[in-house]
Amino acid sequence: MLKPDPAKQRDGAYVGQPVPRENARRLSQGRGRYVDDIAFRNLAHVAFVRSPHAHARILSIDTSAAQALPGVVDVVTGEEMKGLCTPWVGVLAHFPGLKSAEQYPLAVDVARWHGEPVVAVVGESRALAEDGADLIEVEWEELPAVVDAEAALAGDVPAIHPELGDNRAFRLEVGQGDTASAFAEAAVIAEEEFRFGRHTGLTLEPRSIVADFDPSLRQMTVHHSTQTPFQMQDVLARHFGLEEGNVRVIAPDVGGSFGLKLHVYGEEMAACALSIRLGRPVKFIADRLEAFQTDIHARDHLVKARMALSRDGEILAMEVDDLTGIGPYSVYPRTSAVEGNQAIRLMGGPYRMPNYRGELNIVFQNKTPMCQYRAVGHPIACAVTEGLLDKGARALKLDPLAVRQRNVVTADMYPHTSPTGYVFERLSHEECIASLASLMDYERLRREQAEARQRGVYRGIGLATFIEITNPGPAFYGVGGARISAQDGCVMKMEPSGDIRVMVSVTEQGQGTETIMAQVAATHLGVPLERVSVYTGDTQTSPYGGATWASRGAGIGGPAVMKTALALKANLLETAAVILQAEAGDLDIRGGAVVNRKDGTQRMELAELGRIAYFRPDTLPADFHPEMTAARHYVPQGYPFAFTNGIQASHLEVDVETGLVRLLDHWVVEDCGKVINPLLVEEQIRGGVVQGLGGALFEECLYSPEGQLLCGTMADYLTPMAGEMPDIHMAHVETPTLTSPLGAKGVGEAGTAAAPAAVMNAINDALSPFSAEVTQMPFTPERILTALGKV
Amino acid sequence: MDSLFPVTLTLNGVIATHEVSQRTTLADFLRQTVGLTATHVGCEHGVCGACTVFVDGRIARACLMFAIQAEGRDIRTLEGFAGDRRMEVLQRHFHERNALQCGFCTSGMLATAHQLLEGSPDPSREEVRESLSGNFCRCTGYHAIVDATLDAAAELNAATVAPEAEPAC
Repeated sequence: MLKPDPAKQRDGAYVGQPVPRENARRLSQGRGRYVDDIAFRNLAHVAFVRSPHAHARILSIDTSAAQALPGVVDVVTGEEMKGLCTPWVGVLAHFPGLKSAEQYPLAVDVARWHGEPVVAVVGESRALAEDGADLIEVEWEELPAVVDAEAALAGDVPAIHPELGDNRAFRLEVGQGDTASAFAEAAVIAEEEFRFGRHTGLTLEPRSIVADFDPSLRQMTVHHSTQTPFQMQDVLARHFGLEEGNVRVIAPDVGGSFGLKLHVYGEEMAACALSIRLGRPVKFIADRLEAFQTDIHARDHLVKARMALSRDGEILAMEVDDLTGIGPYSVYPRTSAVEGNQAIRLMGGPYRMPNYRGELNIVFQNKTPMCQYRAVGHPIACAVTEGLLDKGARALKLDPLAVRQRNVVTADMYPHTSPTGYVFERLSHEECIASLASLMDYERLRREQAEARQRGVYRGIGLATFIEITNPGPAFYGVGGARISAQDGCVMKMEPSGDIRVMVSVTEQGQGTETIMAQVAATHLGVPLERVSVYTGDTQTSPYGGATWASRGAGIGGPAVMKTALALKANLLETAAVILQAEAGDLDIRGGAVVNRKDGTQRMELAELGRIAYFRPDTLPADFHPEMTAARHYVPQGYPFAFTNGIQASHLEVDVETGLVRLLDHWVVEDCGKVINPLLVEEQIRGGVVQGLGGALFEECLYSPEGQLLCGTMADYLTPMAGEMPDIHMAHVETPTLTSPLGAKGVGEAGTAAAPAAVMNAINDALSPFSAEVTQMPFTPERILTALGKV
Repeated sequence: MDSLFPVTLTLNGVIATHEVSQRTTLADFLRQTVGLTATHVGCEHGVCGACTVFVDGRIARACLMFAIQAEGRDIRTLEGFAGDRRMEVLQRHFHERNALQCGFCTSGMLATAHQLLEGSPDPSREEVRESLSGNFCRCTGYHAIVDATLDAAAELNAATVAPEAEPAC
């Protein structure tokens, strides 16, 4: 197990140490405070009547019985809700041509997915609100539903939004070079159709909000299970006509997010609207059925792709067509174009592929809206690239490890630009592949695999090289017109006790953001870690910033905290120099005390500095004002993104009689730049891997041909549980980014990015004696048996 | 409005009487009526394990029981384990090993691990994985949870064995 090094901690070098999280101590004792745990006086609860159809016109709504039910406080239809909230449209200018329709919190006239909220019922308890919802009668006229993405663009299919003309939301072509010539010259062309089912984030804490509007001051306080308090403050202020400063968003403990909790959802907007209407706090906690019906879904791609390879396994070109269905709307405010955009741009990313053409088509359908979920687009690009590469290597009788070594972008090529315009500062593919081969003992596993096959045991080894987008700059959202901050800020103060308080705009959902920030602050200030407290997630007390998503917390929030710590240190030393009648440059702070820079002799405790600065400034020279607080901001520099890289491997066994897959082991070698806390990095990776394994093997949001969602419970929607999951072995390569003083990149997506590809390649490796292949995720026993010709 | 009925139970070692509606689940009763929020509600249909508590000494899903069914029963939540050595050792190892991220599954996971170590003090890695398979965790990927449970078992076993290993004098 990773243990902190006491000597390094004594020296104050916390960055790089596997420090456990103080939050984990608190949460392990059941002392978390999630939104639903917080008590409010005079609280009302909202429940929703939802569309039972995938696509249907609302002919009439009769709310009279619900209105008359004791315990029901208010009933609001979609039409009435229109007057409480301005509409939103999920488009941004940097996706030219992206279209979507106006949305309100509740469906108006037409419901466009099964589960879309239609009427809000407020009750004195959730149960009473649900009783009221049961009494509401909606008369529906069913409309033809567009369910399959493939059918959405057919000529006779009606447009889900007639005013938009057709069901194409967005189209994009990217690429460079001459793919036609490359394919003409190829020794082997690997061609395949890949399908990626819909799955969803399934945070264990469902979406949760309590909106509390004070009409006397027109102020609204919102406790919200969100990743992005500032984004939500902006959204709420604009759509409810409130002063931004009068909207306070507080994210208390958040029970998982994974990209799910940064989108705008109708129910949450409705809760705010109702609080404004009623002048009392209104709570919405999604139940699990509501979560399956209305939390964003993810993926849903049909990819037709081919790869041209030379005789010795060099990738000459790729051509990719990605069709992805996003439900009836592009989700606000980040749009549903990002997943597909990243999928076609990340194709072939780890490799020296000179020629590429990618086409993306995003279509509307009558299903739950699809939007960004952990590793946005990455698993698609990775599985397509790695799947085709293995297929080509099999045809050429080349070893999968060797063919990757042959093709990766090499150390001498950086900075390197991909055919889709991504710029890589410096990646470490060669070291990662070498490290993986030794970590997993690749040669031995191959020998064992061959022996097992003799016994009729079919094991597979699958590899997946990956790149990962982290530390996004303004190019991600800001340039498109979204009011989503690309920078982050930090305010740091020393209190009279000598303790350090850090307010930072990046947020915590269990990743360990607060511990990472404390490590950075303690290291660069020179104070013991336990004297640093970090506060996040409250728009009223934190500096403004982008918060935590797209693996930006450590890489952007970290340097903000580092800059602030250095600034506060300079302030403190200036005051110490005045008190000690020394030169600030001759002093330093170590171990929580002011010391002589040269020999480390202690001059004064920080608590003594605090005492004089706060309580006895009369003993200091006139006109000297001790600065005990510092504030700094940090904008990601140099490149639009900081890419990380790595490689994963899966070892598994396929039972060719039942189609069941048993995961034996999983390995990850990753390079997220400077590792601030290896304990947290490894658990980010492991958690991400298992989310990827879920999508690869179990998780699928299934629909009937009529567009009825068939998985409304966790009994229908299979998830990875401890018994089926393998141990996940890790190694690190560290290539610090030179664009930030901290050198850290992100690590949140990497696990999820490549795990599905590794599993797919391992299954197909296991099935290779049967010339059978699977390319439709999740790889259920039925799909594997179908590939084997057994069902 | 719902009619209320009295229910008398032993809650974390103390006999208590509360008024509940017929349809209030044990989970909602613990969280909303009593204010014991260590028990979390994740799925409300008995799959995720976040609401796992002890009923008469055995783990059970608090979302699948009505509060009124707790009449005369002994209910113990994570809050009731203060001072319990096995639980404290588990909690410490969960913390040190970072065997939780968001923490929403953790109370239920700890309850299940506690029962496992009670009946099987020296479990294999596979046994731990199997035993915890009724508790969903979205964050960790389980590896660290398995490690922490095994680390706790090792510490608890060392503590029970240690006195015998000392020379009698």
